[in-house]
This record gives sequence, C-alpha cells and structure tokens, in this order.
Amino acid sequence: MKTGEGDIAITSIDDLLNWAKLSSLWPMGFGLACCAIEMISTYASAYDLDRLGVFPRPSPRQSDVMIVAGTVTFKMADRVRRLYEQMPEPRYVISMGSCSNCGGPYWEHGYHVVKGVDKIIPVDVYVPGCPPRPEALIGGILKLQEKIASTPHPEGSLISKIFNSRKSKHGNS
Amino acid sequence: MAIVNSLIKKFDKDDFALIENNSDVECIKVSKEKFLEIIVYLREDKEMYFDYLTCISGVDNQEDGTFGVVYRLYSIPFDRHLDIIVEVNKTEKNELTEAISSISKYYRSANWMEREVYDMYGIPFEGHPDLRRILMPSDWIGYPLRKDYSTSEKYHGITIDFESEA
Repeated sequence: MKTGEGDIAITSIDDLLNWAKLSSLWPMGFGLACCAIEMISTYASAYDLDRLGVFPRPSPRQSDVMIVAGTVTFKMADRVRRLYEQMPEPRYVISMGSCSNCGGPYWEHGYHVVKGVDKIIPVDVYVPGCPPRPEALIGGILKLQEKIASTPHPEGSLISKIFNSRKSKHGNS
Repeated sequence: MAIVNSLIKKFDKDDFALIENNSDVECIKVSKEKFLEIIVYLREDKEMYFDYLTCISGVDNQEDGTFGVVYRLYSIPFDRHLDIIVEVNKTEKNELTEAISSISKYYRSANWMEREVYDMYGIPFEGHPDLRRILMPSDWIGYPLRKDYSTSEKYHGITIDFESEA
C-alpha cells in the first residue's frame, strides 16, 4: 500500500546487488536434448519460471545464466564454450540432467559425449535426473539464488573499487 | 527368385550371389565392380522398378576381414523389397577402405546415407558430390562403428573417456 510517507529500508550494498542479480536470472535460450523439453515446460504456463524473474533470452550477450539442458557432444562442446565466453559477467551455469553432469548413459561407451559439461565450463549448480522434472530444475534455480545471495563482492570488483575510492576521499564516515 | 533369374539373364553369374531368400525379402551379394550397373538396371528396368532406396547400412563382418554395405531397395508399384550387399576389404585402423561407387546420382536419398556410412565405417563413395562426415566433427579421428575402433585420448583439449576418481 502506498502511503506517501517515504519508507526506508536499510541494507548493505552487497545484499542489494545480490538481490538484484538473483531476482532477474535470465537464462540463455537453448537446449541440447530431451532435458530441453523439461526446461521448456518449466518456462511455460504450468510452472511459469517468469514468476522467479527467469525467462529465456535469445542472445548470450543478454544472459546471466546458462542452463545446459542435455547431452553435450564433442561437436557441440566448442559451441557451448564459445557461447559461455560471450556471456557478460557475472555469469552462472546450471548443469541440467545426467548427461551434462557426468555423461549420463554415455559415460562408458559414448565416444561422442563430453563426460560432464564441467570439463569445458565452470558449473555452479548440478540438477540430477534423466531428465529432471520441472520441480527439480526450479529447485536448481532456487539453489543458485541462495548461492548468489550469500556471495560477497570480491576484492577488485568494480563495486569494491568504488567503495575504496570513496573511503580514501571521505574517510570512513 | 524372379529378380535373380532376370539378373542371371542380364549379367555374368560371377557378379552376384543369392544370400538369402527365406522371407519376402531377397538378399543379393554383388561384386564391387558391377554394383553400379546392377543398381541402375534394378532402378530403370520396367520389370524391376526399384524406385525407392529405404536405407543404407554398414556392417563390420568381423572375422571375414570385410566391411559390408547393405542397400535396401523397395519397389512401390510392385510392393517388394530387395537387399543388395557390397563388400570391401578391411583396412588398418583409421584408414579408408577402397571406394564403392556412389549411387546418389540415381537415388537422391543416398547422399546423406552414404555420408553416414563414410562417417561411421570409413568407406568412401566414388562420385559422391559432397563426401564429408555428417555426424562427427570434421576433424574427428577414426570411424566409430568399426569393431577395432578406440577413442583418441583428447579432442580439442577435452579428455574423451570417463576418468574415474579412484
């Protein structure tokens, strides 16, 4: 309810920025195999990821998180790595399903499958399942949000540089 | 048997052999040299009219020392199937075998099927308009469906086989 009385909330800048980051996780809109079908139904009206601020972007330049949904073949590995490199930081990776976690059913005899997408890009959250149900993917996204919420800004990041320069100008007040 | 009989009339008997005739599908082994001629005859002849190429498969005939290529033909007007087998000698690991004539000029669907057999077995097709790998990356080493296939250690810096922690 708007009262016009100018409510004030006090928080730390870390929490504020983290809250902004985790409230609009925009994934890259791509899928690799049957996991993508589960991912698509998670986006769709029944599970409605948009209520978590998650909706797919058609370009890596606009994406915050890459959901690797499906089997990463060696032919695809170069492309996945290239797309990850094109995403602006901060960027996150959710590995969805057994195939991208560890190679899945192809782990022993699959000559064509990368045995885990973490061999090519760093992964933040692994979602198990073959394929994982939409609930599991939502669980993975919530897990990633928890992770972002508890991450302080690293030394040398832009925000800490701004703070340090202010401190040196104005003292600690 | 009708198909074989008319083949006997048309060609030298050494050029082909009847392998199997137990069901409604006849299976004929054809020499590599006469293969193209026989395929064209089977397709163009009014009595044969095998106008539809269903499938091309590769076979590793392990101890025989050969690779087989199986062409499954179908005649829509006569509603009958025919399997044609061509064999080439095996080669060393990761080496191409001798070429078989491409039939992609006569059956357009053969184009990608031949590329797949080339990709998986390393059998080149002479006269194919665009013989590249179709499934594996173009710089992949080896032909995965050969029985003596083993993966290389790495592809573009990524270890191919699963490494256990222990």
